[in-house]
Amino acid sequence: MKNPMKTPFFAAVSAIIRKDLQAEFRSRELVSSMGLFALLSILIFSFALELDRVARVEAVSGVLWVTIVFSSILGLNRSMGLERDQGSLEGLLIAPIDRGAIFVGKLAGNFLFTLIVGAVLLPLMTVLYNITLVTPTLILTLLLGTLGFATIGTLLAAMTVQTRSREALLPIVMMPVALPLLLVVVHTSTSIVNVAPEDSWLPFLQILAVLDVVFLVMCYLLFEFVVEE
Amino acid sequence: MIIETHALSKVYGLLPVLKKIDLGIERGEFVALMGANGSGKSTLLRLLCGLSKPTAGVIKIGGWELPKEAAAVRSQIGLVSHKALLYENLTGRENLLFFARLYGLDDIEGRIKRGLDRVGLSKRGGDLVRTYSRGMLQRLSIARALIHDPDVLFLDEPHTGLDQDSSHTLDTLLLEAHADENNKRKTILMVTHELDRAHRLANRAIILSRGTIALDTSMSEIADLPARYTEVTGMTSAR
Repeated sequence: MKNPMKTPFFAAVSAIIRKDLQAEFRSRELVSSMGLFALLSILIFSFALELDRVARVEAVSGVLWVTIVFSSILGLNRSMGLERDQGSLEGLLIAPIDRGAIFVGKLAGNFLFTLIVGAVLLPLMTVLYNITLVTPTLILTLLLGTLGFATIGTLLAAMTVQTRSREALLPIVMMPVALPLLLVVVHTSTSIVNVAPEDSWLPFLQILAVLDVVFLVMCYLLFEFVVEE
Repeated sequence: MIIETHALSKVYGLLPVLKKIDLGIERGEFVALMGANGSGKSTLLRLLCGLSKPTAGVIKIGGWELPKEAAAVRSQIGLVSHKALLYENLTGRENLLFFARLYGLDDIEGRIKRGLDRVGLSKRGGDLVRTYSRGMLQRLSIARALIHDPDVLFLDEPHTGLDQDSSHTLDTLLLEAHADENNKRKTILMVTHELDRAHRLANRAIILSRGTIALDTSMSEIADLPARYTEVTGMTSAR
């Protein structure tokens, strides 16, 4: 009998990330569909808010996060769908790796793809809405918010991908869970865009970081049960 | 015994799918697992692969118990299903590279080369998997399942959707995998509906009926498997 082996956690995570990046680099399925949706969304909002500068300032962070959240849902559905289509998820599940490594690997890919969309959105919206959005604090908010949504989304997408109407189900189950994150992230972004004093948004940024940690730990622990049957 | 189950049961909701299955498979056996739809074949296979948890009972693969020692079990098993378990946007070679990394293997390049050679895909290894025919997909699937040189190979209706030539090629690959290049026989458990093929490939037949083992015997003791299948399950068979 051979010695049983278990692949080291980070070697497994790295293999999954490299595989996702390689597949996406070749097909550009995720980033192109997410990017196209994001572009259309901000263009439509731009036309709608064109004449009203005050409304634009008030609404811009909402527009930003609506666009990021829905484009990330689009990407999450597709990312997990790719694992499901050829039964590849079972290929991962029978490998001698921690279920948590699958979660972290998939999360890293989803986070990165959503972040790319967000990174393109900030300068583009700065031009379209004539409001400075490329600031260090807003970039930090984007990083933390995207991480939170990608974390929740990766877990829930693994759950909904096993159902028939996964495209419709993911936003329905994701919104209530992500609501605290959404409220905090929109409030923080709005305060930063309105150049509000630091003490009005800094505590929310800290809450956002805490929420990320809580969601990361919970989703990591729950992933094993989600993919079990 | 390389595969053992004791009083293995699985219940979905209120529906018992497997009822106290006691099974023992020796190293090197090629077992055909047959039965009507809903008899519990695929559920049993999923339990043995660690993809599902039993409601009650014990499963041991190579002496390691599931689900407690799942990682040790998973390092010793390979799975070929009717789905390819491959990534369409990667080449055949990249797919094998990914699974080799996932299993933390050494000599990755050598394993990939030998794997592609074994299934006759050396010339197409650089092509995207989405350009492969169904037969090529299944051949690559065999290479994927064997990349870590597992002791046990589970097959879940691997001939589904294959034409005659591809099925024949797959049979040859399975027999070669069973014999193993180092004369170290692999243990194979194949779920199938094709009784003629099961009779030709396997040396032991297990027929499940309503979640229990209705027949477990050496294939050489069965003269007419379809007739025996009908007798045991009460259903007509697909040859």
